[in-house]
Amino acid sequence: MSSKKKTNAKPSETVEEESHLVKEESKPDISTKEESAVVPEPTFEKSIASRIVSKFGAKTVIGFIKPNRIRINTKKEDILSVASYIRDELNFDHAESVSGVDYPASKEIEVVYHLGSYSDQQLEKQILTLATRLPREDVPNPGNDSTRMPSLRDIFYSVEFHERECFEMLGVYFEGHPDNRRLLLPEDWADIPPLRKDFRIKGK
Amino acid sequence: MTTQLPPGIQLEKVDERIMTLNVGPQHPGSGHMRLIIKVDGDYIVSCDPDPGYVHRGEEKMAEYRNYIQNIPHLERPVIHDSCNILYPYCLAVEELLGIEVPERAKYIRVIASELNRCVYTLYWLGIYGIFLGHSTMFMWPMGDRELFIDLLEGLSGARVTHAYLVPGGVRNDAPSNFEEKCLRHVNYFEKRLKEYEDIFYQNPVLKQRTEGTGILSRMDAIRLGTTGSVLRSAGVDFDIRKKEPYDVYENLDFQSQVLKDGDSYARSRVPYLDMLESCRIIKDALKKMPKSGSVRTKLKPNPKGGNDEAYRRVESGRGALGMYVVSDSKPEPYRLKISVGSFRNLICMPYLLKGEKLGNMPAVYWSLNYWPVEADR
Repeated sequence: MSSKKKTNAKPSETVEEESHLVKEESKPDISTKEESAVVPEPTFEKSIASRIVSKFGAKTVIGFIKPNRIRINTKKEDILSVASYIRDELNFDHAESVSGVDYPASKEIEVVYHLGSYSDQQLEKQILTLATRLPREDVPNPGNDSTRMPSLRDIFYSVEFHERECFEMLGVYFEGHPDNRRLLLPEDWADIPPLRKDFRIKGK
Repeated sequence: MTTQLPPGIQLEKVDERIMTLNVGPQHPGSGHMRLIIKVDGDYIVSCDPDPGYVHRGEEKMAEYRNYIQNIPHLERPVIHDSCNILYPYCLAVEELLGIEVPERAKYIRVIASELNRCVYTLYWLGIYGIFLGHSTMFMWPMGDRELFIDLLEGLSGARVTHAYLVPGGVRNDAPSNFEEKCLRHVNYFEKRLKEYEDIFYQNPVLKQRTEGTGILSRMDAIRLGTTGSVLRSAGVDFDIRKKEPYDVYENLDFQSQVLKDGDSYARSRVPYLDMLESCRIIKDALKKMPKSGSVRTKLKPNPKGGNDEAYRRVESGRGALGMYVVSDSKPEPYRLKISVGSFRNLICMPYLLKGEKLGNMPAVYWSLNYWPVEADR
């Protein structure tokens, strides 16, 4: 019951956080910087990002647009539809890496997918960063707490091992993943997920 | 049975016909990883790779050390290819801190990482040879590897763990006789590679064991997100040195090597062809390199980045090697993710080994150009 209450409470918080993010890295700021600099403005990247934003509207937020790098932030409820749009319409076909980043201050864990494309020649240089934020609990109970999100394995098959690693290292449970077992850690690992910030290295 | 199992633990049914074999983690046939192989007679029914035997938590360690202190321990996953694993780290940190790299340093970096690629590939080729019962192919690469180790020792002072690339350039300038010595070694090695072709790649026994085993189609190579020689042997032309050139690769004359067959033979041949290209790159870079100048931009002590992130990738001996660095205005990275080619190619293993004969396992496994220590990080 308690976990359900928390999931109900979380979405409003994530919305707030995302709006903070937008304020911090406000879009006009970035574009003016890039216009004034010698680096040519990445118009192609901008067109990809604007295609996603025009399709999904307020569900997605552009994190940044740099040469060859685009970052799209979204909510975990929308990540499946955004990811399948990115695969089917924008031709990104594989995941380069899946990383989890722990933010204990805002009680969130961010899961970051780096997507690339082999089949589309225009996109060879591009890495699309798709990020989503999940609620984080102070006392983690991997697999049974509110730190969970839908798995992208059915959309990008290549995330299979990356998501397994993210599950054991940060305690993010991927719903619908067929194989949520330990990967790198020993089977009898009894401590909290080691890449969380409250897991301290001895002597540090 | 009524109790609910904790997540991460699964029960499995046991079939009398199927036998489970644990290959590794200390079995010489698998490197430092375990393969849980189920066989029905001589045929592999399923393969479940279980990496992690040499997991050292490089990513966690990086969060406690500043950008310069991170250099020596980040190269530990692949000490034979240490310049290539430090390359994306240096590129990402330079992007975060806004560091310009001197022109001469860019060329020296390219030369050092191509030399390193040859060191790694020769080491891998030696292991591949001995596992296919070709002991000459174990001894020759191990001997010829010394040529490049010699050059890298001249550059950095260390035989394997060079820690030569640093954010801002390279640690020290090349010695005065480097160019002449490098050219001599590379010219000798190019001739030597032709002998490799005759004794190993045209060997009928090797061809019989590797041709047609473990076939990966072009579509699957893309879908599984493979990289490096596995991807390029399946007909996908994707070499990051060509597609997203870093430092001075766009000025240099070379081709990305692609084969179409997608079998173990093609997978083992792409790294060999890459070594020939490496020789071309090194010779071309030696020609175009500025003969003098600074090789390192001095950094402030404890350099800090802003609230930013960078993802940079290079083509290492085993494929794309990416580093994702998140900075939070502190001297230490907030998060560092190493996305390595070996870990990405791991996904092919259950896929390729299914239905193979058990005897073909080493031929398929080692053709994946897999380095367990790197995959575990």
